[in-house]
Amino acid sequence: MNQRNTFISGMVAIIFLIISCSKFEPEAPDDDSILDGPVNGLTYEQNRQFLAGDIAFNDEIFTPATGLGPIFVATSCGSCHAGDGKGTPFTTLVRFGQTDSTGNKYLHLGGPQLQNRAIPGFKTEVIPNGATSSKFTPPANTGLGFLELVSDEDILSMSDPEDSNGDGISGVPSFGYLPEFITPNSNAVVKNGKYIHRFGKKAAAYNLLHQTVNAYNQDMGITSTFTPHDVYSGHTIDPEVSDKTVRDVVFYLQTLKAPIPRSKGNGNFETGKALFTQINCSGCHTPQLKTGFSPVTSLSNKTIYPYTDMLLHDMGTELDDDYTEGFAKTSEWRTPPLWGLGLSPNSQGGQYFLMHDGRAKSIEEAIMMHGGEAKKSRDSFNQLKESEKSAIIQFLKSL
Amino acid sequence: MNKIITVFVCIFWIVPNIQAQIDPSLLKDPTAHSKKDLLNMDAIYDRPFVTNKKAPVSLGGYVEANWQHIGTDGVSDGHQLQFRRMTLFVASSISKRIKFLSEIEFEPADKEIAIEFAAVDMEFNELFNLRGGMIINPIGAFNQNHDGPKWEFTDRPISSVAMLPATWSNAGFGIYGKKYNKNWMIGYEIYASSGFDNSIIENSENKTFLPAAKKNTERFEELPSGTPLYTTKVAVRHNKIGEIGLSYMGGIYNKWQDDGLVIDEKRSIHVFAVDFNTTLPKTNTFITTECAWVNVDVPKTYSEQFGNKQFGGFLDIVQPVVKRTIAGWKDAVINIAVRFEYVDWNKGQFIDTGSNIGDHLWSIMPAVSFRPNSQSVLRLNYRIQKQTDVLGNPPSNTAGFNFGLSTYF
Repeated sequence: MNQRNTFISGMVAIIFLIISCSKFEPEAPDDDSILDGPVNGLTYEQNRQFLAGDIAFNDEIFTPATGLGPIFVATSCGSCHAGDGKGTPFTTLVRFGQTDSTGNKYLHLGGPQLQNRAIPGFKTEVIPNGATSSKFTPPANTGLGFLELVSDEDILSMSDPEDSNGDGISGVPSFGYLPEFITPNSNAVVKNGKYIHRFGKKAAAYNLLHQTVNAYNQDMGITSTFTPHDVYSGHTIDPEVSDKTVRDVVFYLQTLKAPIPRSKGNGNFETGKALFTQINCSGCHTPQLKTGFSPVTSLSNKTIYPYTDMLLHDMGTELDDDYTEGFAKTSEWRTPPLWGLGLSPNSQGGQYFLMHDGRAKSIEEAIMMHGGEAKKSRDSFNQLKESEKSAIIQFLKSL
Repeated sequence: MNKIITVFVCIFWIVPNIQAQIDPSLLKDPTAHSKKDLLNMDAIYDRPFVTNKKAPVSLGGYVEANWQHIGTDGVSDGHQLQFRRMTLFVASSISKRIKFLSEIEFEPADKEIAIEFAAVDMEFNELFNLRGGMIINPIGAFNQNHDGPKWEFTDRPISSVAMLPATWSNAGFGIYGKKYNKNWMIGYEIYASSGFDNSIIENSENKTFLPAAKKNTERFEELPSGTPLYTTKVAVRHNKIGEIGLSYMGGIYNKWQDDGLVIDEKRSIHVFAVDFNTTLPKTNTFITTECAWVNVDVPKTYSEQFGNKQFGGFLDIVQPVVKRTIAGWKDAVINIAVRFEYVDWNKGQFIDTGSNIGDHLWSIMPAVSFRPNSQSVLRLNYRIQKQTDVLGNPPSNTAGFNFGLSTYF
């Protein structure tokens, strides 16, 4: 080959490579097969804030030098919410303290959350004698911004404290006091100075700012201007995360997309959906809600399908851990959203860890663990034919 | 630890002297020595230098730059043009049996100008040479033999840069020696140096990460643990079989006392590595491989995210396919090559579930390289990589091309 041919061959190869190189790279997974990613239609400015929050949430790893601990549960937000999905027993939280609504009597001993890890040279917390406890598996993050925008009025309209319709379900909203750093929504419903809380296993967090600030402090031992107290010493210390970062993370959580249903090609979707309603799972796992106004157009006035009523329900002795927070009873749990349920194994190491503490290893097992207000539905499920049960499971996996 | 050092010292102290280790002519005529006389440990001096016989020093260096287009799960940063590094060597024969060599690396992306090696070698005996200064710890083979132009791949092995700390240098002293006997050669190195610190388990990588300690420049003045890091290596070579190296590096890594007060338990690190390289005589196929095992005493109260056992390694196979005059370059060579890599940053099981902890990666990287001469290389690499997070979730898929050049100057 002479020099001219070598040159021509080389140029052709380089041009081919530059033009076609991206064809040899992995394709993006289908949007409905992953939980992370922003809602459609964010502005450039909103995309920038989403990215800043994404980095703070998933990439910012705290170390002792940047404020971690000294006692903690995880080193980053993303450690507990891989791919913005549910967590595993590895990052399951333990809360301890109270058995009723009179408040946590173990705050001076490290309550309400057990920091079961410590940086070198420090000892971890232990549950004090006499305190009761419960394990909380980290929930998925997706669609939280939509849930935050469901109005208090709509939540109240789903409650039925006296079970006036006689279906055995008597959901109640979780009313609680607001921390100082929270500004209530303009259309908030107030009852004796208490506001409807909607996030967390016991619905003890008012909104995503409340949830995020507590997670920084209780999960990672990071102080902020919102929660300036060090979890180890109990003393106020300098903020270890900026207000801007906290608000970026809140914005990130607010603008994560809602899980996209994967009903296409699922022949049992309609059958499963009908059976789900027929046995009144939908009595608590309300399929459809609507959001109120938001300055983020993509979130504003939307119809969503989260399969939750965000109310507290008595789940019976089966799920009574003899621990509570806020004003929920020990057997009361907030209805968890079911959207994205089928993608849980993608963030839980290839398996299911369902219910509040991950005790259920499959959807069917989770259904069978329901009690209290859900007992009727559980028993109804149990009486279905195997094919009907399978249809419900497939329906749930497609949400 | 003391037993290991004693064994190594005993093995080599009793070996009879045969031939001098330091070849002072090396600096004046880099081609004077035979490749057969070299072990991986000689790589630091096995570099082309330019010298003027009237000048007191010899100079050399290499440069690496590349283009790449790599994507992970459909997300790519597009075309990237990278100037990875330029390294300068300055060597000097102070006398017939004393020499000095330094290696200064410029890495603009990291805004880093770092002295990687700056040591004085004094020969007392072919089996007893003293080296002191800023030394490169001889763990595995790549750490000492890392010059870009020697490799057919733009990226350094992942196990060498993201599990072991590549170009891991420290302030230290040690001894080394080498012995020949017909086709056989044996060499050893023993160093006491500064070393690791708490950052190997307190870092933003969210994993036990030995390279994090490279950012601690105070290690050139202060040992966080107050005890040296010991590194030792023995290598055996047969000219027709190849070279195998066994190396160990270990010591206390954490700052366990401060100002006389005990603030933590003493925590140790142990790294073992095996490396091997050979050239198959009939096909001229070059094979080089390195595996390493890392054991770190991570506090039991710390997160399982930070593993106490790691394993990783790579295997490179390089096959020359054309050797002739190409485009006017005499004896130019075209190689095809492939690199297999695997790293597990966290071997073990979760306490709560008993399931395996993930945090591992494998990669295959086919390559084509063109060497107009032995000191320069153009290389085209294609990486296929799967990386699993600590929970063992479905892996992220990475693939893409990389085209680069590297040359000594």
